[in-house]
Amino acid sequence: MVTSSTDDATVAGVRSGDEAVFAQLLNDWSRSMLLLARTFVSTEASAEEVVQDTWLAVIRGIDRFEGRSSLRTWVYRILVHTAKKRGVRESRTVPWSSLPAEEDRGPTVDPALFRDADDQYPGGWRSFPREWQTSEGSVLAGEVRTHLRAAIDALPDRQRVVITLRDVLGHGSDEVCQMLEISAANQRVLLHRARAAVRGRLAPYLEQDGVGAP
Amino acid sequence: MSGLSCQEFVELVTDYFEDALDEDTRARFEEHRELCPGCETYLDQIRDTVARLGELPVESLTPEMRATLLSAFRDVRR
Repeated sequence: MVTSSTDDATVAGVRSGDEAVFAQLLNDWSRSMLLLARTFVSTEASAEEVVQDTWLAVIRGIDRFEGRSSLRTWVYRILVHTAKKRGVRESRTVPWSSLPAEEDRGPTVDPALFRDADDQYPGGWRSFPREWQTSEGSVLAGEVRTHLRAAIDALPDRQRVVITLRDVLGHGSDEVCQMLEISAANQRVLLHRARAAVRGRLAPYLEQDGVGAP
Repeated sequence: MSGLSCQEFVELVTDYFEDALDEDTRARFEEHRELCPGCETYLDQIRDTVARLGELPVESLTPEMRATLLSAFRDVRR
């Protein structure tokens, strides 16, 4: 990954004590850092401490940043490292090394929704997924957000981290692989399973004739 | 070239979005998609799910923590 010129200016700003530059970084990145930290530790308060410790490490360690990754990747790696250490203390660890795990195998859509092997169309939908409503009132929109959060929280740890980074925070796949030190293929498996599970949780609330159900 | 089943199709959706399918599988995926309204719906719903995830509001730092960090920054970098 190349270091952008924006990165160079930011790094120079932080090194020389330019408070406006640092304040801007705090504004731009802290949200996603809190969310990411929260996936490794058990409370909001712990996540806040992880983010605070990460920024302190950045303030003290910025002179050691060599520009071999983007500044953002570097900072997020410090965050993940800090969060993992803390997660271990809270006995909440996310094992990244042992892919694929049990939860990462098998079909992502209920096999009962598809026709049997001896059917005329084996593996075809028994009935098509019902259409979703394209827009909903503000009350239902709030309800859908609640279900979205519940769906994310219910995911296995690694899937939750990956879908949060990719889809909630909008990081690219290269960035996420670097932050978590996983392969592109493993990242795709986790993302795929997470998205399918979240879609499945959302479906009953968004199907056109099933508003508010079940 | 044999066609994909719907059950196979749904497991390839992410690889399709991530542009990770080989040429042959991609062609079969797109062929199936054109012929199957159910799988087109499924694909749209995954896309919709991703879009909704991107709109979730995200908490930021408390003003206290922000002040603490700015003060630490002044202490160390000046």
